Amino acid sequence: MTAVLAELPALPLHEAGKYVAAAYVVLFAIVLIYVAIMAVRLSRIERELGELLELSEASVEAPAAPERDLERESASA
Amino acid sequence: MQSPGRPAGSPQNERLSTGRPQRYGGGLRALSIATVLAIALALALVFFYAPLEAEQGFLQKIFYLHVPMAIVALCGFVIGGLLAIQHLRTRDARWDMRSYVAIHMSLIFAVGTLVTGSIWAKGSWGHWWVWNEPTLVSFLIVFLLYATYQPLRFAIEDPERQSRYASVFAVTAGAFVPMNFIAVRLSTAYLHPRVLGGTANLPGEMALTFLVSLFAMALLYATLCKYELTAKHTRAQVRALRRRLSGESDAAGRARSAAPTLAPTTVPARTAAGSGA
Repeated sequence: MTAVLAELPALPLHEAGKYVAAAYVVLFAIVLIYVAIMAVRLSRIERELGELLELSEASVEAPAAPERDLERESASA
Repeated sequence: MQSPGRPAGSPQNERLSTGRPQRYGGGLRALSIATVLAIALALALVFFYAPLEAEQGFLQKIFYLHVPMAIVALCGFVIGGLLAIQHLRTRDARWDMRSYVAIHMSLIFAVGTLVTGSIWAKGSWGHWWVWNEPTLVSFLIVFLLYATYQPLRFAIEDPERQSRYASVFAVTAGAFVPMNFIAVRLSTAYLHPRVLGGTANLPGEMALTFLVSLFAMALLYATLCKYELTAKHTRAQVRALRRRLSGESDAAGRARSAAPTLAPTTVPARTAAGSGA
């Protein structure tokens, strides 16, 4: 790490450095924007999965109610 | 999983349960790690190993970013065309999705190429854009050609027709890319530095750095494509699950989109017939 830091001042950042930095920032910006878009998509899928879980729980509970009624009726009989 | 209001033996449920499981996310972690390592290595080589170029000096470091990005973008367009041929041959929606993602990602890389090229041009020639330079203009033409791909898809409502027309476009435009490239190479103006004839004219350190950068950029492209495919497939599955849980048909409630419609089972007709579904 020290060797890397020692090398840094040797880079001629005062001349063409701003152009080189701008070009590499473009690459990182592209990747960063893509990661941000993926994060939004992931949170949307997570939300939809939560809704689906609620939907499936509701559909599992709905048919169970008549079965409980039948059990109650047979028990009382 | 049983959907309410649909019998267990219905074709929809059979297809869901017996369909060949399709996973796009397999190997994504390994690919991501390899990409990060390759990019880190490429950056280290660019800034600490490759020598400064005699004429352009430090500005030439953009070369290791701009040129690999351009090569990967152009190759991605051609790959998109090849995948579209496969879609036209098999009528399998998966190939259309792969072709769409390859072109979509190449467009993003092409934007990066144009921007980094402009920055290099400004630093080297003093202008953001030079209209009499064939390489720049031809790349812009290719970019603008592919910029019409998504609007074309969106303009066609019927998914079947959309995928077919988009594949024909991808094949035609994919064939145009190498032709355009050859035409530019045959032109007389040689303002733009030539690197694709090989790396023989580069010193050993520069050639190695360039090749590692190209490999890293190709890995980044492949990783992003895989992420995109996985995301689209997962979304298609979630939507299909929602439709089935709410008792709607698979065709119902689909919003108009430029992206291909991927069936949740992703079983081609022949395979589905063969498996008795």
